[in-house]
Amino acid sequence: MSADHRANAKGRRPSGAAFIIAAGLAALGSLLIWQGLIIPDKGGYAGIGSGAMPKAIGAGLILLALGHIYTGLKSPAMPHEHQNNRAIAWIVAGLVLQLVLVGFAGFSIASALLFACTARAMGYGKFHISLPVGLGLALVIYGTFDRLLKLNLPSGMLEHLIFGA
Amino acid sequence: MEAFGFLYQGLLTAMDPSLLLYALLGVTLGTMVGVLPGIGPALTVALLLPVTYGLDPAGSLIMFAGIYYGGMYGGSTTSILLNTPGESASIVTAIEGNKMARAGRGGPALATAAIGSFVAGLLATMALALVAPQIVKLALIFGPREYFALMILAFVTVSAAFGDSALKGLTSLFIGLALGLVGIDGLTGQTRLAFDVPQLLDGIEVTTLAVAMFAVGEALFVAARIEGADEKIHAIKGAVRMTATDWGRSWKAWLRGTAIGFPIGAMPAGGADIASFLSYGTEKRLTKHPEEFGNGAIEGVAGPEAANNAAAAGTLVPLLTLGLPTTATAAIMLAGFQQFGLQPGPLLFITAPTLVWGLIASLLIANVMLLVLNLPMIRLWIKLLSIPRHWLYAGILMFATLGTIGLNPSPVELVQLTIFGLMGYGMRLLNYPIAPVVVGLILGPMAEQQLRRALAIAQGDWTTLVATPLSAGLLTVAALALIVPMLLRARGKGAVLAQIAGDSD
Repeated sequence: MSADHRANAKGRRPSGAAFIIAAGLAALGSLLIWQGLIIPDKGGYAGIGSGAMPKAIGAGLILLALGHIYTGLKSPAMPHEHQNNRAIAWIVAGLVLQLVLVGFAGFSIASALLFACTARAMGYGKFHISLPVGLGLALVIYGTFDRLLKLNLPSGMLEHLIFGA
Repeated sequence: MEAFGFLYQGLLTAMDPSLLLYALLGVTLGTMVGVLPGIGPALTVALLLPVTYGLDPAGSLIMFAGIYYGGMYGGSTTSILLNTPGESASIVTAIEGNKMARAGRGGPALATAAIGSFVAGLLATMALALVAPQIVKLALIFGPREYFALMILAFVTVSAAFGDSALKGLTSLFIGLALGLVGIDGLTGQTRLAFDVPQLLDGIEVTTLAVAMFAVGEALFVAARIEGADEKIHAIKGAVRMTATDWGRSWKAWLRGTAIGFPIGAMPAGGADIASFLSYGTEKRLTKHPEEFGNGAIEGVAGPEAANNAAAAGTLVPLLTLGLPTTATAAIMLAGFQQFGLQPGPLLFITAPTLVWGLIASLLIANVMLLVLNLPMIRLWIKLLSIPRHWLYAGILMFATLGTIGLNPSPVELVQLTIFGLMGYGMRLLNYPIAPVVVGLILGPMAEQQLRRALAIAQGDWTTLVATPLSAGLLTVAALALIVPMLLRARGKGAVLAQIAGDSD
């Protein structure tokens, strides 16, 4: 971080993000160390076994967490652009819908929903257009990949109707 | 020249009509996806990996080579016509190329990029064929400690040497290393960090991680700050060809770019971004038209574009000869090899020479195909740029989940896709590099195995790691690559390092 950068930022408010990341890294690091400790560690000829690396990487993560606390205290928060949380929620909702539905509704229907939700997140809200477009694309993809390229995609009623069992 | 004998054999293999068809399919798909804005070569390769699942190893890898070169090529088209920061390797091409397009010289810019890529790809692939057998000979005397030292060097260069902060790079790397621990330990069969979830026993898939961080993360990033209109595309006026002056100014830049790019790609010293940045600096210094730099100088497109492609071929040297991926793209390619149970490295040249040399030869063929395809078809590719953003990203996400569902249709895998996607978004937002996570995931377990093997051979004596000049030297270089940039940044000279940082390749 350069000197003029610091002068531009208002005040010296500590960066909140740095502390959140530090907490996350410390949590992950502790998890790794804990897991490394409970693994029965037979060092063998090497002197280190399966548990060594989780402990070492966990320690590294905790050092990085300390590094984040240090820079968080030293440098002010960077102002970042306003984030559209609803758009993020739409995409995550699409992914979750697909995840839940793909097993029994089949690839095409689940993916069409993901398609429409993503388009909505990008500002296109006409579901009566985006759903059929997505369904058409998903069926083309299913036909190409499942039938021609031997990729095993989950099928539902719709796929059975169109492509046969 | 035994290398050319092998290469000739390889060309005979690759000339098989069905393999030619795969190469053609690969370059076409690669260009098509690479052209799409916001999709760099790493994501192109990750998205198209499922296309190759159903094929035999030779066909699949040859198609893959075509996808790789096509993706590189497509990316530069995008950056010339559409000023999209974030397309890392061709970001430098965008500086001058986009200015040329604005000034109505998009045609010559695209032509010099295409021909420059061809020249660089051709020379660099020849260089790959020449260098690879030598490195393979050298690699056969490598023991576990030398491999371990090489991997440490690769970790440092991919994470901490460039970019705006060593702390951020190392954080990304360690997240990747932590994810790499999940699953069964290859040496003892001990389960680690799987928390009784059977799907986690195989570990975290590189392609799932890469697709999540690059595709889902990017889609979230774009969606979250969506405001205003799409970036303007610059129509190309006139033909996609160059005048005699353009040729005169381009050819030296191509050769210089190749000479800069190949060694940088071939050493575990980072990817195409650094090469194209250095080439840009060189051209700027040597040009006879300094006034044009910043306003659309053709050397500024020709040089970096050649360097970028030469470096891409260069990264195949450590990947094929040592099994060492030094970029995110290379890490995904390694995953592509592993799905067929092939482990790139010196032994692959001995156990499957037809495959390796067929692959190298098909890179040459893919290169020729790209030139023939792209000069006339460029107007068609440009049409892809005008796809509205909402359709584009909706399609990308559908394709991104397709790979995961097709490979392993378990909810665990899709949950990972969502979680890593959100993580990728956060990292993008806060400027953490993504490539170190992917490289850490695939290289971490390999480095651990080499370390433990080296220690087992030496009966637990840690000094074995620096016992040969080679391993000690490599570790010293790695330490320097970590410490010197930190000192530079502390002295306020980090701006240059920040500029050569790239995140998607």
